[in-house]
Amino acid sequence: MTAGSRSAGTAGSRTGTRARPGQGTPVLVIDDLSKTYADGTRALEAIGLSVKQGEIVALIGGSGCGKTTLLRLIAGLDQASRGFVQVDGETIAEPHPSVGVVFQEPRLLPWLNVADNVGFGLSGLGRSERRARVTHALERIGLAEHGGRWPRELSGGQQQRVAIARAFVAQPRVLLLDEPFSALDAFTRKGLHDQLLDLWAESKPTIVIVTHDVGEAVTLADRVVVMRPRPGRLDETVAIGLARPRDPVAATYEEAVRRVLAALDHSLRPAAANRPPAPETRASWW
Amino acid sequence: MGGVPLLRRGGRAGLGLLLPLLLAIGWEIAVATGLASGRLLPPPSRIGATLWELAASGDLWMHVEATLIRVGLGFLFGAAAGILAGALVATIPVLRWLVDPSLQALRAVPSLAWVPLFILWFGILETPKVLLIAVGVFFPVYVGVSGAIASVDRKLVEVGRIFRLSRPALARRILLPAVLPATLVGLRTGLGLGFLFVVAAELMGASEGLGYLLVDGQQFSKPDQIVAAIIAFALVGKLADMALVTLTLPLTRWQDTARDSL
Repeated sequence: MTAGSRSAGTAGSRTGTRARPGQGTPVLVIDDLSKTYADGTRALEAIGLSVKQGEIVALIGGSGCGKTTLLRLIAGLDQASRGFVQVDGETIAEPHPSVGVVFQEPRLLPWLNVADNVGFGLSGLGRSERRARVTHALERIGLAEHGGRWPRELSGGQQQRVAIARAFVAQPRVLLLDEPFSALDAFTRKGLHDQLLDLWAESKPTIVIVTHDVGEAVTLADRVVVMRPRPGRLDETVAIGLARPRDPVAATYEEAVRRVLAALDHSLRPAAANRPPAPETRASWW
Repeated sequence: MGGVPLLRRGGRAGLGLLLPLLLAIGWEIAVATGLASGRLLPPPSRIGATLWELAASGDLWMHVEATLIRVGLGFLFGAAAGILAGALVATIPVLRWLVDPSLQALRAVPSLAWVPLFILWFGILETPKVLLIAVGVFFPVYVGVSGAIASVDRKLVEVGRIFRLSRPALARRILLPAVLPATLVGLRTGLGLGFLFVVAAELMGASEGLGYLLVDGQQFSKPDQIVAAIIAFALVGKLADMALVTLTLPLTRWQDTARDSL
């Protein structure tokens, strides 16, 4: 539906018919991705991940395990030292039209009103098409009446909704969210989870969301990937096989939370015997 | 917040006028009753009459026009040079290391110290006057622009990168609006300094302009003319500032602070 018309205009032009794979085809492929900073800090080590069309993956882990670095590499904002990121078969070296980002802070442009902020990335479109998409998005996030207001007049939660709408109207194939709700209170966060899933259900982009909130990961994700620090790498993956909408008091939900917590706990211990990577990293941990 | 409830905004503004008004009336009475001679400071009625005379004869407008043209030209050149230099220095590191220390050193020179040199170089006609005003306007604009560009939020620039804006689009859609408020503050400060320096420029020798009225009043011992010129300076300066603020207000409507302070 919407996804089809979109990919024909952007990513589809280069990748041809491969641009519209069915469910199950990986949209986002990460292989051997490593990032070492100029001072020798190894931020990421040999990350491999493959995410299907429409799948929601949550990256979870303590601070310093490279979650944000990984997201910035996928977004094309930073360059990898080794390995690659591909979206629909195209290698990402710089920001790509198929990849949208929602940052930790709303990062709205204070000199544009809410509607112009939502439409900021649509300058390539015709006026009426742009307006239609913006109006629709504002309705979906419940801010239809607020299009003419300044960002500073909105609450933190409303601002982040606008940022999410700004990313969605560009109809990305892959949407990256970097702890987007971490600054919000629990009530606001719950509302935003619902709205994010609502928008996601419309065009089913592939989502990678970084979070340090286990509940958030289990509420949103199909798969929770636990990361380990120094150097940042992927640890266990927990599949959340729950139907949406998810009931946070259901036994199955609680069981999923327990599994993620167990994986997190495991990631905080020194590398076990079944984890082969470089011996010196094992020694330096703890 | 406290105070008499009667004194709302209009009342408070009126309260500010009370003191000068009382002083003026008091002085008027003192001179009228012979308590003071009023020779060195004429009573308000005489100053008003002088001002009226100057306006009626058309002289006042001629002087105001001469002064405004000088300030306008000096402001134009100074602001243009300040914006250009500020933008270049803020965006090209080599230029910053090369030029900024010298400009900062020059900024420390009180601009009036240039007057003798400018007179030597350019005589006493229009060129040194406009140049002096331009120098006065240049520095606040330069500092405002270069500082604003240097402190543009990298996070907003990243939003531009995510949406793959070209360099010109990035400059137009993110950098320019981001530096606008500080630039306008610099322009406003510059305009104020422009009026400061036009007095100095016209004191150094002019046959017209409000500054000339000051010098003329001093030489021919006409204190009423001096005070009339001072009042004209105050009015013209305030009006020019209000014009600048009014013209640029729509550009910074989005700002919290701009709205409150203007």
